[in-house]
Order: sequence, then structure tokens, then C-alpha cells
Amino acid sequence: MSAITLKVNGQTHQVDIDPATPLLYALSDDLGLRGPKFGCGLGQCGACTVIVRGEAIRSCVTPVASVAGVEITTLEGIGTPEKPHPLQQAFIDLQAAQCGYCMSGVILSAKALLDKNPKAQKPEIERVLQGIICRCFTNARIVQAIDKVAR
Amino acid sequence: MNRRHFLAAAGALFVEFPAFGQVPGAPSMKALDSWVAIGADGTVTAYSGKEELGQGIFTAQAQLVAEELCVPFNRVKLITCDTALTPDQAHTSGSQSHPANFNHGNLALACATAREALIRLASTKLGVPVSELSAVNGEVRSASKAIGYGELVGGQKFNLTLDPAAKRRDPKTWTVLGKPVPRTDIPEIVTGRFEYVQNVRVPGMLHGGVVRPPSPGAKLASVDEASIAGMPGLVKVIVKKDFVGVVAEKQWQAIQAAQKLKVSWTPGPALPPFAGFAEHLKKQQPTRDTRLLDSGDVDQKLASAATVMKASYYHPYQMHGSVGGSCAVADVQGGKATIWSATQGVWYQKSACATLLGLRPADVHVIFQRGSGCYGLNGADTVTYDAAVMSQAVGKPVRVQLSRADEMAWENFGNAFALEQRVGLDARGYIVAWDHEAWSPTLGNRPGPSTPGNVITGTLLGYQPEPFVARSPAPPAGAFGSSGFNNSSNGIPSYAGAGHGNVKSVRVLVHNVRSAFFTGPLRSPARLQNTFAHECFMDEIAAKLQVDPLEYRLRHLSFFRLRDALTEVAKAANWQKRPSPNPKRPKTGMAPGRGIAVVAYEGDNGYAALVAEVEVDLATGLIHTKRIVVSNDSGPVSNPDGIKNQIEGGALQGLSRALGEEVTWDQTKVTSVHWGNYRSLTLGMETPVIESVLINRPEEEACGSGETSITLIQAAIGNAVFDATGARLREAPFTPARVLAAIKASS
Repeated sequence: MSAITLKVNGQTHQVDIDPATPLLYALSDDLGLRGPKFGCGLGQCGACTVIVRGEAIRSCVTPVASVAGVEITTLEGIGTPEKPHPLQQAFIDLQAAQCGYCMSGVILSAKALLDKNPKAQKPEIERVLQGIICRCFTNARIVQAIDKVAR
Repeated sequence: MNRRHFLAAAGALFVEFPAFGQVPGAPSMKALDSWVAIGADGTVTAYSGKEELGQGIFTAQAQLVAEELCVPFNRVKLITCDTALTPDQAHTSGSQSHPANFNHGNLALACATAREALIRLASTKLGVPVSELSAVNGEVRSASKAIGYGELVGGQKFNLTLDPAAKRRDPKTWTVLGKPVPRTDIPEIVTGRFEYVQNVRVPGMLHGGVVRPPSPGAKLASVDEASIAGMPGLVKVIVKKDFVGVVAEKQWQAIQAAQKLKVSWTPGPALPPFAGFAEHLKKQQPTRDTRLLDSGDVDQKLASAATVMKASYYHPYQMHGSVGGSCAVADVQGGKATIWSATQGVWYQKSACATLLGLRPADVHVIFQRGSGCYGLNGADTVTYDAAVMSQAVGKPVRVQLSRADEMAWENFGNAFALEQRVGLDARGYIVAWDHEAWSPTLGNRPGPSTPGNVITGTLLGYQPEPFVARSPAPPAGAFGSSGFNNSSNGIPSYAGAGHGNVKSVRVLVHNVRSAFFTGPLRSPARLQNTFAHECFMDEIAAKLQVDPLEYRLRHLSFFRLRDALTEVAKAANWQKRPSPNPKRPKTGMAPGRGIAVVAYEGDNGYAALVAEVEVDLATGLIHTKRIVVSNDSGPVSNPDGIKNQIEGGALQGLSRALGEEVTWDQTKVTSVHWGNYRSLTLGMETPVIESVLINRPEEEACGSGETSITLIQAAIGNAVFDATGARLREAPFTPARVLAAIKASS
């Protein structure tokens, strides 16, 4: 165990943790965050996605020590139910969720894309969604919601 | 519609569960106070035994309550599936929530009863005749007076039973129900605030990890606890019969301890061959045979038919593959248990956990807490047993999160099906006899109160799966129109003459055989597999006769709801009448094609038709799905946007199952244990255009719409590929290799 500084959604936390622990468990267990979720533990599905240095990364395969002191953004960090991020608002407007378990991967991957390329076209949107699994298959609405923000 | 038994996936297996409302301790289904309470401030709290799984039923039920009770939508608080609070409505499954709670019973009738009771109370209090009063916006009003619900019964019980004579509100006057009310949970979901069962944290909670056997049927030989002695955070190694688990302070510690613990197992029996599994199934003995329908004259009609056609189809085991690994939290201390579970049946979970823990059911409290979408019997029940047993062993709350491999290797797979069909045609090409025979393997099922062994954890703890009782030959089936005709078992072609179709001579015989893997209901259990066979065969017959596939279906359907579903979808899809395959199909490049399919889901629980448009890459065998059009009739539309979301998701989930999904195994173990080798389509797939036509029938019974499009897409894709190429796909999933092989075989 060692003391590690985590900067998450604008707040700084000290956690006493095995430095090899995947970031996901630090976020969900030590900090009690609900956005990033366990899907596969293998980096295959995207449910655990967070944004670090502008990139959407898989927190289930990211050792916590590797992001010590670096700003980490989770799904709850970009908006609230009262004041959602434009992407979150588009998902509400289009009712682009069913069970909603995949939303960290979907919305944060889209945010990382649109932050770099606000006018991203559909093929680019589909490309960032390649590695994300939504088993409810809300695909049509999800692509539409991201596209709406990009237009 | 009022089915009191759960219909198992195997097509013919009826498993009796206690009737609704009869589990000891459940609030009475007949008492109004079990369903509705009105607070002093006029807030309405409603209680339902049907839960949100991502299908939108939570919001739809809140709409129903607001509509029937005439209160603003935002004044309704809905509580679902908590064994301390809500009525026992059995499982949330089988597209049964809409029929159960939106017809003249249960939640809908409770709200209607409450509204009429409030008007009667107001009549007494205001001295105004009932005929001059109406319920509006949480008040009872006359021309000159008004009194709020809170003032009428606030905080008090109604002490009434549901009144079968209570009138539902006329759908023509609906202002909340029938409207596309946005789901109340989505803002919290998309902003990361929603509490899934995976997010439940209880003070003092520990983390459990399971060590599953290496292969089906393996037995525990020994556990070397010293192999993980001294690991940081380790609390306990738990061994009970064949169950092995570890509990640690932190999740990562539990994961590592479960991986490192040295466990020896005695191997289970060799698994059946993966290659040629369809033929293997047909040779299995013993069998449990069920005649779903037998008009008694099929052999004779086939013998005298002008033409007889035959066809074989195969559908593999598939998995629910929930995107979140299943999870549960249990707190078992001092002879009492509190359990947070994503189970589809909290009351069955309560009884089963009581059995496993040696507690009285009254001391077990199960709270439904949503997990990721389940689509049927995923790992939610089994992980709940894991958490309960481990919490009892350490006397502290324990959370268990299944790994991807533990989820995928051990869930109750959707049933494989091998299907053989024959039809007899008369000289004009009409079907005069339809013979359907299916083989499907089965092991376990949804766990009932005394069958925790129906899922892996229960079996490891020493409980047997429900026994496989051989039965051959099958007992006689009921004839058309008799009580024996039950299409809700999902095996009977829609064209059978029992009020639906014109085919009078039909036999549907199902052979269940033993499965090496656990099986259980997966979205559209049995109906998807059978519909693939029925609807592709229908296409084969139409093609042989050179008749348009839509036209040929209509010739054999008499029921207006099925006929309307077909004609509506054909209109929306701009269906061009001509036989398949397309006479102008290309020999190289991309071949376009269209396919159609229709179903009466469970016989009477939703009517739908689907047209799929594809382009087949003749060089690679890749199927590109361009457009999907669905018509759906589930009686009165309660939330049009909710139904559309279900239709869209169902169609694409079915497309993923049709194109890539298949459980694989080697000689000893399941090998499709992550997303690299269980091939689900992802969000980056080439998403087709999906159009839904909702057929609204306020005068009909409410029925289901969560399993209609998924039932149809595989057959429609198969038919579209045939239209495009002339190649018939008889085995799912439709991988490029199979498509190329079928094209080669057809040319």
C-alpha cells in the first residue's frame, strides 16, 4: 500500500492503495464514484471509461499509480442532472439509453472526440464507438445524439 | 395472458412456481393498500412487482398511475420489487409487465379502484353526489368545490379490496398514458449519478471473489489455503461443498486472492462435440418429449399431399452477455439477511436465499437494485447466492462482482435448437400439413424457491438442478381450440389454424435433451429459434412456388392483427411484390435483397412483422444490413417512444445474435469467455436505418413489445440474403464463411 494523490473532477484526494490497483477500483471503491463501471476488466467494452489528458482511457486496465496527480474526469465530472453537459443533454433529449450501463464509455469517448474535433463526421463517431459494447443496442439513438452535438 | 407459470426456454417445459401473491409474507394482491398509498401532502406512492431493466417500464408504470389516479406525473412515487414493500408479481420477464399491470387488474385496477374510492369519500365530505364529481389533478372537484386527495385519505389506509367493476379511464381522454413521457431515470444515468447494484456500498462492506471450477461438472478435490496466506486484506477463504470463494477488504485484493488461490478439481465429463452439434442433439437419449400441438392427421395429410418439402435449421447456444458483470451485495448477520440484487424475481430470491442460508424466509429481505441490462437469466441470481453465502460466512456485508469469464462461462445460456420441418402442399400450393420437430438441450432454469441448483452457485453448494425427467413418447396434445392449445410455449407456427392461420393440420413435437451447460430464458426464448425456422421455411416454400413471400404469408393468415402487421410493414418498407430470389441479382459485387418475417409472440402477447434490407458482399460473404422496418401491435400504446426504443434495440440485438453470436467450447470448457471470442456487434457497427410503425389498439388487451423485433430479425435477414443471392442460410450465426459456403452450394 502507498499514499497516492488522485485528482478527480477538480478535487484532490489522497488514497492509501496498492499502486498496481486498476484505477477503476480506486474511483468506485475509495472515492465512491458511480460513473465508471466494471464491465470486463479487460479493456474490451468501455464501461469503465474516464478521460485523462484529453484521451478516453479504460480505467479497468490502468494502474492507479500511472495517473497519480493527473486530472481525471469521470461521467459525473462533466455535468449534473440539473446542469448536464451538451452531450448528456442530447442523450436525455433523444432518450438514447436503455439500461445505461455503457454510458461512461459512450459519452466520454464522444467528448474526447468532440473536444478535438467539434464537427466530427459520422464515420469518425462510429470509429470511436468501435470498442464500446452496448448490449441493449441503443446504437441508432446513441449515434444520433452524438451527431446532434457535432452538427 | 394471465399465465401463472413461467414458461421455460426449452419450448415445452412448464415449471410451476407459486401463484402470484401466494409467497408467505407478500402483501395481498387483492388489497388496494398493497398497491397505492396517498400521503397527507397528496403525494401518491404506488407499489409494483414489475421492475425496470432498461426497458422503460418504470416510467410507463408511473404514467399509468398518474393517468388512472388523475394526478400530475411528478407527484407519483413508484416503488418496485422490494420484499418488504411490494406485491409479489413473480418475475419481471417474458414481456409480461405490460399485460400484467396495464389491463383490468393489478396496478391499473388498483389505481382505478382508488380513484373511485376518492370520489366516494369526497361525495360524503362535500355533500355532492358522485355523479357530479370528477377527479382532476390530484383533487376531486364539483362545479363549485374541490378537495385534495391528501385531505381525503392522507396518511390513512383505504382498507378496500380491488374492485373488478372499477372503470379504467377511457383511452380517448388520456393525457399522460400513451404519451412519449421521457424516462425519469435517464438524467441520472447519463450524468453518472444512478445507483446500479454495482454501485451499492454498505458501511463495513467487504469484497468477495469466486473461484469457479475449470469445467462443467468438475468437483472440488482440495483447496490450499496456505497458497494465499498473508495476502494483504485477506479476510477468509470459504469452502462449502464445491463452492470456493474468498473475502477481502478491497475489491482488487479479492480479485487477486481468487486468482492466486490454489484449488484442485476432479475433471467433469467430456463435453459434447462442438462441430456437428446439431446432429449430436438429434441422437441424444433420453429425451423429454412434448407435443405442443397435434391435429392427429399430419402423417396422413403429408402422405396425400401433392408436394412435400423438408428443411433443417440450427440455432446455437447464445448468451445474455450483460455488459456489466453481475453483482450483488448481501448483509447476513444475526440470523437476518438484507440483500441488494438485480434479480428478476425478488420473492423467489427471498425463498431461495432462505434455503441456502438456513434462515426463515421472513428474515430475508431482498431489494431489487438495477444491474446492467439482463435480457433474461444472466448471472444476477447466481451472484446473489455468492454474496449471501460469503456474507454469512464472515458475518459482515459482502459485495461480489463476477469477472467477465465467470459471467460468460457459467451463465444460463439461451437454448440451442436443432429443427426439422416438413410441409405438405396441395395442387394449388396451399399448405395442408405442417410438421415441426425440435431438439433442444436443457439444464437448470430460473431458480425457484426450492431449486437454487438451477444456477451454478446453487449447484456448487450441493443443490441439484431441477431433475431431467425423461418422457417418450410425448403425451397427447390438445387439439385446436381446446384448452390444450397453448401457443405461449412459443413453438407453434403463426399459420396454424387456431384463430391465427389457415393451416389445419399441424404437429409440433419438441424433444428436450440433457445439456452440458446451464440454460435459461434469453430474450425471446424458443420463439426466436422457432421463428427462424418457421419464417425461413415459409420463404422457401414461397420461392419454390414462385410467389411473393408477403403474398404467400397472407394467404395462410386469418387473424387481422397478424395480417395488419404484415400489410403495415410492407407499406412502410415500400415492399415490391415479386418472388424471391431477386431475378435480377448480380453475380459479383454487392447483392441487394429484402426479407420479411411475422410473429404472434407467445401466441397472443404481441404481433409484429419486420422487413430487412441487406447488401451481401459476394466476394467476402459479409452481410451489410441497410434498413430495418418493424410494425408492432402490443394493444394500447402506453409510451410510444419507449416502445420504439425497445423495437430498435431488439432488432439490433437480434442482428448481433444472427450475425455473430455463438457460445463455443472445446473438450472440457466454454471457450467464449470475453468479448474477443464471443462476437457481439459493437456501437461502432454500421448501424442500419430503423423505422417503427406502431399499431395502436386501445380497445385490445395490453401485451408485450420487448421481444417482438428480436424474434423476427434473424429470419428476415436469412430471407433477405436468400433474396439477394439465392442461398439459403440454415445455421446461425450467419458468419461470412457460412454465407460464402451457402452461396457456393446454391450455384
